[in-house]
Amino acid sequence: MQSLSEIDTTSKRASKAAGFSWGISEEIGKGVRNLELFGLPGIINLNLYLKKIKKNHPEKINKIGKENKNRELCPIYCGVAFLDQCRELETLNKIKFYNVNYPMLILSFINKASEVLGKRILIKFNNSSILINFNKSILLQNLENKTISTVKEVSIEFLKDKNSFPKQDWKELYKLSEETFVEESESLKTQGAGAGLTDND
Amino acid sequence: MKLSRLGSFHQSKLSFLRSFIREFKDWDYERNLFDLDENGYGTAIYSFSKNQRSYSLVCFAQHINPEERSDRVIATKWDAAFVLHDGVPTKEDIKRLKENVPKQEVGRVSCKELTLSRANKSVRAFDHVVDSLSQGKQPNKKLLNKVGYLYRTTAVYGSGKFGLADRFRIKDRKEIYGPFRLEMMLVYIVRQFTFDQVNHIAKSKNPDKAIELDLNIARNLGIGNSTGLGMAPFIVNHPTLLHNWIYCREKALKEIRSLEKVEINELNFFKECLAKSKTSINSWVTDSKYQNNKINSLKNGLVKFDQFLKNECSVKQKYLWNKIYTWAENNLEDECLEYVVSMMMEPYDAIIDPLINNMSSEEDEHFTIPAYKKVSDLKKILENNYKSIIKIDFNEKNSNFNFWFISKNKEEPRVANRYEELGAELEQPLAIARDIKKLYEKIIKEEPANTIAEFLLKNDEVRHVVRRAFIVDQFPYSEIQDNTIGASLVPIDMLRLKLSFFGAVKFDPRSDKWLRINMYQGAPLSHEMKTSNDTWVYNVVN
Repeated sequence: MQSLSEIDTTSKRASKAAGFSWGISEEIGKGVRNLELFGLPGIINLNLYLKKIKKNHPEKINKIGKENKNRELCPIYCGVAFLDQCRELETLNKIKFYNVNYPMLILSFINKASEVLGKRILIKFNNSSILINFNKSILLQNLENKTISTVKEVSIEFLKDKNSFPKQDWKELYKLSEETFVEESESLKTQGAGAGLTDND
Repeated sequence: MKLSRLGSFHQSKLSFLRSFIREFKDWDYERNLFDLDENGYGTAIYSFSKNQRSYSLVCFAQHINPEERSDRVIATKWDAAFVLHDGVPTKEDIKRLKENVPKQEVGRVSCKELTLSRANKSVRAFDHVVDSLSQGKQPNKKLLNKVGYLYRTTAVYGSGKFGLADRFRIKDRKEIYGPFRLEMMLVYIVRQFTFDQVNHIAKSKNPDKAIELDLNIARNLGIGNSTGLGMAPFIVNHPTLLHNWIYCREKALKEIRSLEKVEINELNFFKECLAKSKTSINSWVTDSKYQNNKINSLKNGLVKFDQFLKNECSVKQKYLWNKIYTWAENNLEDECLEYVVSMMMEPYDAIIDPLINNMSSEEDEHFTIPAYKKVSDLKKILENNYKSIIKIDFNEKNSNFNFWFISKNKEEPRVANRYEELGAELEQPLAIARDIKKLYEKIIKEEPANTIAEFLLKNDEVRHVVRRAFIVDQFPYSEIQDNTIGASLVPIDMLRLKLSFFGAVKFDPRSDKWLRINMYQGAPLSHEMKTSNDTWVYNVVN
């Protein structure tokens, strides 16, 4: 079994050999390591993508906006730019990239952005949806293939900070938790806490 | 700090060999298996255990022909190979390891293994010891003092190399909070294996007459190590780790200099360590002119320092250590100044011990570039932290003289003359000074109010140094303030910096690119660990 350290180093070197700068290659190394750590197919997607771009290096992306179109978009350049600009992009709520190659490779950068921002992020492409939770967990739904060479549209949504459960459930659970509390008698009220009953001095 | 200063560091109480022994002295040491034939070839297993945790060193010794014995990384066979296994290895583990560990880089180990190494005999010392013991005599101490060890390791690998466990799997274990602790454990047990092996071969050779190696002689032997350029990029590639090492050293020094009152027993302890260590300096033998100049500088400095200590220092003076340090800084060269700094730490367990666990680092935590910051922020960081670097003219041939690369044969770092050798287009990102200068030249032309994210969209070729600059801003000791591709680069200074933190002594450069050292000379033997004291490094007898 390859260690994560080997995955990081080899991905970095291979990406440099494929024409990315050292700084971007470092990001790719960490990103692929991150995907593999989460049990996602980082190596296989990177290998296929680097083969694809061997002869024609992908175009870099300009500043990311709400809608990002090109004939083909590189998941690496998009991912790195997304991470770099994530604080500004958060205000857009929802962003779309069109014609993205090997979209699995973008996940690790969004995963890191989720940690940086402290926000959950929802990614959708084809029929799949991927919920990114602060670089702590990634929930996949309907991901049919380990490798997808191109998708027409990737949507990325910064989720609002809200509970994932109904109020009623919370109320009921809280009520149950109250059963661990002690009803205070008069003497406990005066002796059980540190401060005085009146503190107007 | 400049490389020449960093390359003058010495072992100290902060060194990893010493902190390993302090941490593991109350663990149970055992030789679990010793299955060697009459020539000393076979398998041995040693372990350290405490509570539910065990670390087992599995050793494989084999015959090799003299022409196969090489300390260089291009070697493919070694007298012995070692792996530190997490826990107690099963029979299947031992079989698997036997097939792989002797092959080293071309074998594979698993995440159940933690560190990997190999070593060659110092043939003249090893054979002499075996011959002497088998004839019922102790070996010639003069010869052994000259060599200092029976075996030399030629590489010690850890952290995910060749399938070894990644650091994240084990980093939360309290006993290995200090850096390189498991590498230090491996080397320590290898030393014991070398003694057991010579005793075993001597006994097999002449069962009636053979005696065991005298414990005092054994204690005076360490483990040699041949170290090449592999260590140099490590220093550049682990900036926050480098920072933590130097920061802890500087913090210790600051706290010691801030002591208003120095007790007489503290000063006497310092003097005692200094006196003992001088005996050791006399055993530092090398043919290297570069190193001999350093040793002479140290010896001359210590003569001056002795006079100063004798005539001008007393515990009646307030802030005595500060006075000593200030004098040393003004009157001594780097080699002796750093020696005195190491010695000043000796009396102060209470200052040093809490620092040890701060000497590790999680580089990944500082990997993400704060790209929301402004270009003006980065400009300020570069101007504050790379003052001398941004003055270097990289159009000058000598400033841009070398390039670092990874050799295809052994996947090891190398350095070469850019103007004479092929391959500079595959240069590794280790020319930090040059690339920082390139970044600075771009930054000063950029709109100051732009964000770093905007800057990077157009300039991703300098992304690796943008990351470094932001790290340096938080970790001021994380960067070598020198040109690592300049014509005057002395790569062994980078090796010595790291090795001094390991606790190595007897630096013996064999060229400007590799050197031999000694580790654990004078250290307690395995059965003595529990009762050992921390100043064993000064116990070397000549």
